[in-house]
Amino acid sequence: MSLFYALLFIVATLVLVIGLARKIIQYARTPAPLKIPTTPAPVTQTGVVLRLFREVVFFESLFKSTKWTWLFGWMFHLGLFLVLLRHLRYFTDPVWLPIQLIQPFGVYAGYAMVIGLIGLLVRRIFVDRVRYISAPSDFLWLLILIFIGFSGLMMKFVVHTDVVMVKQFFIGLMGLNIGTLPVDFPLIVHLFLVALLMLLFPFSKLLHLPGIFFSPTRNQVDNPREKRHIAPWAKAMEEQQN
Amino acid sequence: MAKADFETPELQEFVDVPEIAEGTMAHLSPFVAKADHNSDLNFPGELVDDWHEKALAKLDDLRSRYRSLQVFLDSCVKCGSCTDKCHYFLGTKDPKNMPVGRQDLLRKVYRRYFTFAGKYFPKLVGAEDLTRETLDEWYSYYHQCSQCRRCSVFCPYGIDTAEISMAAREILDSIGYGQKYCNEIITKLLKVGNNLGLPGPALADTLEGLEEDVEDDTGVAVKYPLDVKGAEILLVTPSADFFAEPHVDGLIGYGKVFHEAGVTWTISSYASEAANFGMFIGSYENMRRVALRIRKAALDLGVKRIVFGECGHAWRVAYAFLNTLAGPFDFLDPNYPVPQHILEFTWEQIQQGKLKLDKSANDDKVLTFHDSCNVARATRMGNKPGGQLEIPRNVIKAVCNNFVDMHHDTIGERTFCCGGGGGLLTDDLMEIRVKGALPRMTALKNVIEEQNVTHMAAVCAICKSQFTKVLPYYGMEMDQIVSVHQLVSEAIILTGQESDEEEDDNGEEDE
Ligand code: SF4
Ligand code: SF4
Repeated sequence: MSLFYALLFIVATLVLVIGLARKIIQYARTPAPLKIPTTPAPVTQTGVVLRLFREVVFFESLFKSTKWTWLFGWMFHLGLFLVLLRHLRYFTDPVWLPIQLIQPFGVYAGYAMVIGLIGLLVRRIFVDRVRYISAPSDFLWLLILIFIGFSGLMMKFVVHTDVVMVKQFFIGLMGLNIGTLPVDFPLIVHLFLVALLMLLFPFSKLLHLPGIFFSPTRNQVDNPREKRHIAPWAKAMEEQQN
Repeated sequence: MAKADFETPELQEFVDVPEIAEGTMAHLSPFVAKADHNSDLNFPGELVDDWHEKALAKLDDLRSRYRSLQVFLDSCVKCGSCTDKCHYFLGTKDPKNMPVGRQDLLRKVYRRYFTFAGKYFPKLVGAEDLTRETLDEWYSYYHQCSQCRRCSVFCPYGIDTAEISMAAREILDSIGYGQKYCNEIITKLLKVGNNLGLPGPALADTLEGLEEDVEDDTGVAVKYPLDVKGAEILLVTPSADFFAEPHVDGLIGYGKVFHEAGVTWTISSYASEAANFGMFIGSYENMRRVALRIRKAALDLGVKRIVFGECGHAWRVAYAFLNTLAGPFDFLDPNYPVPQHILEFTWEQIQQGKLKLDKSANDDKVLTFHDSCNVARATRMGNKPGGQLEIPRNVIKAVCNNFVDMHHDTIGERTFCCGGGGGLLTDDLMEIRVKGALPRMTALKNVIEEQNVTHMAAVCAICKSQFTKVLPYYGMEMDQIVSVHQLVSEAIILTGQESDEEEDDNGEEDE
C-alpha cells in the first residue's frame, strides 16, 4: 500500500508539473495578434496587474454576475487556498511560522470549501441553464472535490489519523525515501482522490488556473493607438506582401 | 418588410431569464455566399470535399495563431455566469444562444480531436465528432452572435464568445461555407470603395446635395469635400452616413463641427467606408486588406489626421486594430491619436468653447443614449478608461437639456447589443434581430414610460439601421433613433448663421 501510494504520488507530481508546464509554455508561445482587452480596461501595466489581482483574488467579473455563484465559488476557492496552505505543514520541517498561525483557520476553511462545493453542485443540478452546459466530468469534478474535503474533515473530527506518520511519509518521499503510510480508510480515499486530481489537472478544465493569467481580454494594456502591437506571424505576412 | 413568420416577444417590465427551450432557433441560418464572393476573399467557392480534414486543420492553425482561442477553449469551467447574459438567449430561450452553449459547439470538436480527455473519453467530457450536421449548426449559431462581448464582461476568465464566433466563421469560410451578407459586402467594398457600393460620382452628388441643404437651412456655406488633396483631416465614416436617415443627419453634424473648428477635411472616395467586415468573419488577412485602404487614402491625399465617424464595430477596428493592421502611421501629425473618433474631436471643440451651441434647439426631445456594444466594450475615447462611455454623454448633455440614462444593467460596459451587429444586419436574419433586440427595447420602453423619453441616440451605423427596422416591431416609431451628431447639428449655431433661434427648430428632424 505505501509503495503504491509513493509511486502514485511521484507519478502524479510529475504529470502535474510537466503537464502544466507544457500548457503554460503553449499559452506563452501562442501570440495574441490583436489588442482585445474587454474595456473599460487599464491603460498601464500596473493597472493590468491590479485588474488581474482583483480577478484572481476576488473574482471580480463573477461578482458582477450571479451573486450566488460568486459566493459559493469564492468560498470554495478561498477555502481551498487556506487548506492548501495549512497542508504545507506536511511538507516542511520545521513548519514556517505563518503556516503555524493559520492552522486553526484552515479547519474553518475546510468547512467553507465543502459548503461552497455543495452549493455549486446544487446549482449545477437545479438551474436548468447550468445543467444544460454540464458534461458528466463537470459533476465528477465537484464530487471528487467534495469527497476530498469530506475525507479530510473526517480525519480531523471523526477517525483521527496519525498525522505525524503521514508527515514522515511525505517528507521522506520528497527525498525519494519510501516510508510507511498509516492505512486509514479516510486517508486512503483522501490521498487517492488528490492524486487523481493532480493527474487530471493538465488535461481538464482546471486549466482555468493558468488560463486566467493568459486571457487577452484581461491581461492586455489598453494602448493600441499609442503603441503598435503586432504578432510575429502577422509581421511575416506583412513583409511577404510588401 | 414586416413579413413576420415569427412572433415578436412581448415587452414586460423586466427581461426575465427564460427557461431554456432547446432548438427554438435551429431553423435560422443566413443565406450562403455565392462562389465568386468567396473566391474574391481567397476562400474556396463552395464547400470543399475534404471539409472534415480542412476544418480541423484550420482549427489547429487558428489555435496556434490566436492565444485567445487556445486559452478560451481550455479554460471554461461551465460556471454558468455567462448563460443569461446574451440578448439572443434572452430573446429566444435557445440554450445554444447562451454564450457558453455557443462556444461549446466548437469546443466539443476541439476536445474530440485535440485533447487527451476528448480523444479517449469523449462522452465524459462532452466531446463530439465533427460531422456535416456540426457544420450546419456552426453556420446557424455562429451567425446568431453579434460579437458584442457582453458575455466576456461577466466571465471569470474573460472568455469572449466573439473570438470563438470569429474563429468558427473563419473555419467555415476556409472550407467554402461563407455567409452571403458579409462576404458580398467585403467584395463590394474592395471593388467599389464602400459597403453600399456607392461609386465616386454618386458620392460627389450626395455631398453636393448636402452642401445645398445646409446652406438653404442656415445661410452658411458649409463644405462636404470629397477627395481634396492636402486637407488636414481624412474623415472615414460608414457609408450609411451618405444617404440614410438618421445617419446622414450625423454627417451633416460632422461637417458643421469641422467648419466651426476651422479645419480643412475631406472624405475619400477610395476609402469611403469606415466599417470593416473582415472582423466579423474573423479573417485577419481580409481585415488587413480593408484597413490598408485607409492608409493608402491618407497617404494619397496627404492628410495629417484621420477621424472616424459614428460607427461601432468600425471604431473597434479603427481604435484597437488599425495601428496593428495598417500602421505605423508615423506620416501623420504625432500630436493627435491615430485615429480619432469624431466625438473626441467634437468634445474637444466644445471644451475649448469653439462651438456656439443652443441647447434649446433640442428641447422638443428627451434623450437617452444607447451604448454601442463594440464602442463600450472594445474601445476607448479620450485618455481615460471609460471615456467611450462618458464622452458621448458629455456631448449629448452639451447640446440637449433633457437627458436620462436607461437602467444601469443595460448601459455602459453592460450594454445590450442592438441585435444587429457582427454581420447580422441582413433581412434573412430578421427573426434573430428582432428577438435579440428585446432587452434593449425593454429598457427603452421603460424610460419612455417612466421618464418621458422621446428619442434614443446612438453612435453606430449598425445600431441606427437596426433600430430603424426593429422599433416598429415593438410598437415604437422608427424615427425615435437619432445620431449624436444630429443633435449636435441641431444645436450648433454657425458663425454668420442668419437667424439663430426660430428657424432651425423644425429643419431636419422629420423623416
Ligand atoms: S458576444 Fe454577444 S452575441 Fe455573442 S454570445 Fe456573447 S453576448 Fe451573445
Ligand atoms: S462564464 Fe466563462 S467560464 Fe463560466 S460558463 Fe461562461 S464561458 Fe464558461
